[in-house]
Amino acid sequence: MKRIVILGAGTAGTMMANHLHNELDKNEWEIDIIDEREEHYYQPGYLFLPFDIYEPEDIVKSIKEFIPKGVRLFTTKIEKVDAEQNLVKMYNGDQLHYDILIIATGAKIAPGEIEGMQGKEWQKSVFDFYTFEGSLALRNKLREWKGGRLVVHITEMPIKCPVAPLEFSFLADAYFKHKQMRDQVEITYVTPLSGAFTKPKATAALDHLLHEKNIAIESDFAIAEVDNENKKIIDYGGREIPFDLLVTVPTNKGDDLMERSGLGDDLNYVPTNKGTLQSLKYQNIFVLGDASNIPASKAGSVAHFEAEILTENILLFINGEPLKEEFDGHANCFVETGNGKALLIDFNYTHEPVEGEFPFPGIGPLRLLKESRMNHMGKLAFKWIYWNVLLKGTHIPFVSATMQEEGKHFA
Amino acid sequence: MEKKIAEKIIEVNEEGYLTNFSQWSKEIGEEIAKEANINLSPRHWDVITYLQNEFKNEVPLSIRKIGKSGVVDIKELYVLFPTAPLKTATKIAGIPKPASCI
Repeated sequence: MKRIVILGAGTAGTMMANHLHNELDKNEWEIDIIDEREEHYYQPGYLFLPFDIYEPEDIVKSIKEFIPKGVRLFTTKIEKVDAEQNLVKMYNGDQLHYDILIIATGAKIAPGEIEGMQGKEWQKSVFDFYTFEGSLALRNKLREWKGGRLVVHITEMPIKCPVAPLEFSFLADAYFKHKQMRDQVEITYVTPLSGAFTKPKATAALDHLLHEKNIAIESDFAIAEVDNENKKIIDYGGREIPFDLLVTVPTNKGDDLMERSGLGDDLNYVPTNKGTLQSLKYQNIFVLGDASNIPASKAGSVAHFEAEILTENILLFINGEPLKEEFDGHANCFVETGNGKALLIDFNYTHEPVEGEFPFPGIGPLRLLKESRMNHMGKLAFKWIYWNVLLKGTHIPFVSATMQEEGKHFA
Repeated sequence: MEKKIAEKIIEVNEEGYLTNFSQWSKEIGEEIAKEANINLSPRHWDVITYLQNEFKNEVPLSIRKIGKSGVVDIKELYVLFPTAPLKTATKIAGIPKPASCI
């Protein structure tokens, strides 16, 4: 009996467990999946929780529910991966030998990277919304907040879901309007980038939206510290931005396990072939989702497309055939813009987001890079799709793993 | 597109970054620096040389990595190349703008 071990039962790991369970011969392969937590969090929900759009029960379910019968689930903390010996060692003393290892340990916030970020104002006037706890604490703060200077801030790239802080700003604008206190709130969007987003055409569209919603933008801001006494953020160049409420996206890092195992780069991301998703160092290790260092967005849609391609590559690897360099960096993201509307962007390593129709060229029904109600419905429907289709590894009809160029208006 | 820098016709992109590193020379670096109101000191050149070596080794660049490189700390980097140091320094070094942001 041979064994595949999957590290992490989040979006990427769960999808791989389901795919491989469907594809592999059960008499020949055992599939194990390990996670230290018992809950599976629908991370896109962290954006909606602060604004009372979702309740906690919408976004938390049990990991067990989504792991197929026949796949062994271990709820335990891993001490180390010994890649030379093909061993996964747990803190409780157990160890597992693997023939193939799949790393899907994700990325998480590391607020300790910036001086003062986790100081005395943490979860008082300084919040994150990239964790369940942070998002919930922020909800409670916003419910009672009387207004003032709201600063939405990105520490450094790359981050999970690079559009989320923008969506947060747009939703905050709508939220305070709804509460009839928008005139008492000054919203500033602070980014280390030169504009609203990383790609030119989407940046132009999003900059326009910020302007329209009266959200100020401070770009090229590389934060050095959070000054808790005077409630301001200060960058390396000496620029200061005061806040009454700071909603920050701290530095994102891969799991500490990668550091302990000597598998990660300086941010604990695993160096990975961006086309095949094979580790650059070990042939029998594969990486998908936020855990890898490939230059694609850290997003659930990316993990979804990667899972389809990686499943194929693992079957090729088992048969001793050459891997396909098929992954193109495809990402597909809804961008909530407030007031029941959203944008949709669809892009890959080489093609930036542009206008067009999705998934049917010339028809839609979704519009690329344009606000519409249908896009917003798509984003809300996605929660159901996530729990009921995506995690189970079922292919989403008409949405291909690689990006399609038809229906996009490349100028 | 093409641009005349230091009496030479150089291939650059729309943001002014060289698209062919082999066309770079010290004189070109100095002229791009002048456009950014920077007078290059030996410390500037330490950073530029470091960035070019990382580029040749195909190591992705980030401010964090430069800060940990031992060549320069982040504070000094901002003194040398104010506002957006990595973007300015890579332009002067004749290498692509870092694509670390997705």
